Amino acid sequence: MSVFFSQLINGLSLGSIYALIALGYSMVYGIILLLNFAHGDIIMVGAYMSWLVMNQLGLGPVTAVCASIITCTVLGVVIEKIAYTPLRSAPRLSLLITAIGVSFFLEYAAELILGSGAKVIPAYFENQVFRVGSVNVSLTTILTLAAMVASMIVLTILVQQTKLGKAMRAVSEDMDAARLMGVNVNSTISFTFAVGSALAGIGSVLYCCSYPQATPTMGSMLGLKAFVAAVLGGIGSIPGAMIGGLAIGVCESMVSAVGLSAWRDAATFAILIIVLLVKPTGILGRQVQEKV
Amino acid sequence: MKKSISRRQFLAVVGAAAAAGALSACGSSSSSSSTAASTAGSAAAEGAAGATIKVGLLAPLTGDVSVYGIAVANGANLYIKQVNEAGGINGKQIEVVEMDEQGDATQAVTCFTQMVDEGITALIGDVTTTPTLAVVAESQEYNMPMVSASATAEAVTYDAETDTVYQNVFRTTFTDPFQGVKMADYATDKLGYTKAAVIYQTGADYNEGLATNFEAEFASNGGEIVASETYSAGDVDFKTQLTTILSANPEVIYCPNYYEDVGQILSQAVDVGLTVPFLGGDGWDGVTQYATAEQLDGCYFCANYATGSNPDFESAYEAEYGEPYPNGFSPLGYDAALTICGGLQAAEDAGLEPGTDEYKQAVIDGIKNGSFEGVTGSFTFDDHNDPIKTAAILTFENGEAVFVEQY
Repeated sequence: MSVFFSQLINGLSLGSIYALIALGYSMVYGIILLLNFAHGDIIMVGAYMSWLVMNQLGLGPVTAVCASIITCTVLGVVIEKIAYTPLRSAPRLSLLITAIGVSFFLEYAAELILGSGAKVIPAYFENQVFRVGSVNVSLTTILTLAAMVASMIVLTILVQQTKLGKAMRAVSEDMDAARLMGVNVNSTISFTFAVGSALAGIGSVLYCCSYPQATPTMGSMLGLKAFVAAVLGGIGSIPGAMIGGLAIGVCESMVSAVGLSAWRDAATFAILIIVLLVKPTGILGRQVQEKV
Repeated sequence: MKKSISRRQFLAVVGAAAAAGALSACGSSSSSSSTAASTAGSAAAEGAAGATIKVGLLAPLTGDVSVYGIAVANGANLYIKQVNEAGGINGKQIEVVEMDEQGDATQAVTCFTQMVDEGITALIGDVTTTPTLAVVAESQEYNMPMVSASATAEAVTYDAETDTVYQNVFRTTFTDPFQGVKMADYATDKLGYTKAAVIYQTGADYNEGLATNFEAEFASNGGEIVASETYSAGDVDFKTQLTTILSANPEVIYCPNYYEDVGQILSQAVDVGLTVPFLGGDGWDGVTQYATAEQLDGCYFCANYATGSNPDFESAYEAEYGEPYPNGFSPLGYDAALTICGGLQAAEDAGLEPGTDEYKQAVIDGIKNGSFEGVTGSFTFDDHNDPIKTAAILTFENGEAVFVEQY
């Protein structure tokens, strides 16, 4: 039984990271109906930023965390301005292909500049393992879960209680109507990208706590898994992204735990197929009013 | 080496293949012109010094795997130079015909036939497994004695389907199964472990070869394999497997994977509360960049060559090339040349004419029956033309790999 709980904790820890990334997918999809495939690669840039600050510049972990999150945020907005804004009125397929192009660009730029080998990210803090009953829980896991829950609460307040949140909801419901009502659509969309990318930045820091290596293609699979999580939870829904992320994480953990580790990715993508066949809107997808 | 194939990587591979195809066309012409130049130069030398023995050296000197090819070629050239400076073999100088196969199997065969045309009597090469297999197939026709420094796949010297050994092909590196067996013996006999767990990547010959042979040998030594966990290429999360291993309570974990994965595994082991030491194979070479001193404490791995185990070789290499030897492929290249020269010595002693069929057979017999004192240890060859040798065992002190012993 203790093994079961250990595996559950492993799954929740992994799922928290998926959830944070899925949020970014969900928010961007909610507002301009774009599957931002470059989202996973923003995490990669964040991870390299941590490496650069701590390993190359020799600065402290607090600086590294700030640098990663700020870089991701700025990068998200810059990508939106350069690549997506000019295509605002273009067919959605053009946007999607552009997103894939941006993703390729980031991956191969990183490979060109930094090489294809993995860079090791120094530990942000001294890791400790606590023993709860017969289950080992590491400080990393606790922080990951806490950061995910905190991000979720802050985000919900932001979307539901603030003026900017109201603008985001308005734009996502009807962009033209929102513009007529005096909402600045451009800055609202940029703000959404900024928030989504900041969450990716937090995700990249948490990812690096658990898996301290940065490679140019690390964001690719991570992004796809988070995409599955977003679809499972109901793309566009904030609590849906959280539920989807945690579910995918726990599912992967359990598949490995029963000795089918070779099938772990297959299981994740099987979930995607099943969701699309059975309930394309996802678990919480029906709450159209809530989408962002 | 490690990622599962996604859409992007598939495109990247196709792109790389197309680029390689475009490059190999010009690469072959440049390599042929360079050898033409070297042959012209050596023809003059031949006229002056009398007889020489022509030996081919085939390696990827450019391209993705050139880091290995250059290391092997430098090691081999160093030995040949030393032999020539000491007066050659029975007074005859060795002339090296060196060609760049760019890591490509087709190119390797083209280079090989070109070398045959130029009259080589033995071959040092190839370096990586796939081109080596192609050259092995081609070499059968000529019964060309060849020694690969570094191709580890069993199929290089032995065709399992027809149960035949390629009599003319030898290698100086140990094979994948050999490493697994060695480490299992070391774990039971020297380190005294009785309960081991294994974690390795599936779908990769190297990792599976080491792991399955370790498991079999460890069990036959009276030990118990309490858990055997696998993962797929490209995985970064190993906590689940490590948790399963933790619950099986092993004394040691065999982790025959490449250093980047090893780094992830060692760091995540700490996360799940796993504190037992790990053992590894030569894929651990370079792991110190990827793991901390605490994580590596008490870990062991084996390699063909350990830094510091042969200072003469290391200083000779540095004197020749102006930099320290780059990796374990250089000593293996050195030993491949040494093995070839051992065979040549036997053929020369028999008074045969270089390039003839009898001469080649004499070289092969000389290698097969000889025993060699190389920089990677002393070795002879077994029924499958694989070296019977010792492995260098290394451990870690303050996060640095240190040589323990030859085992």
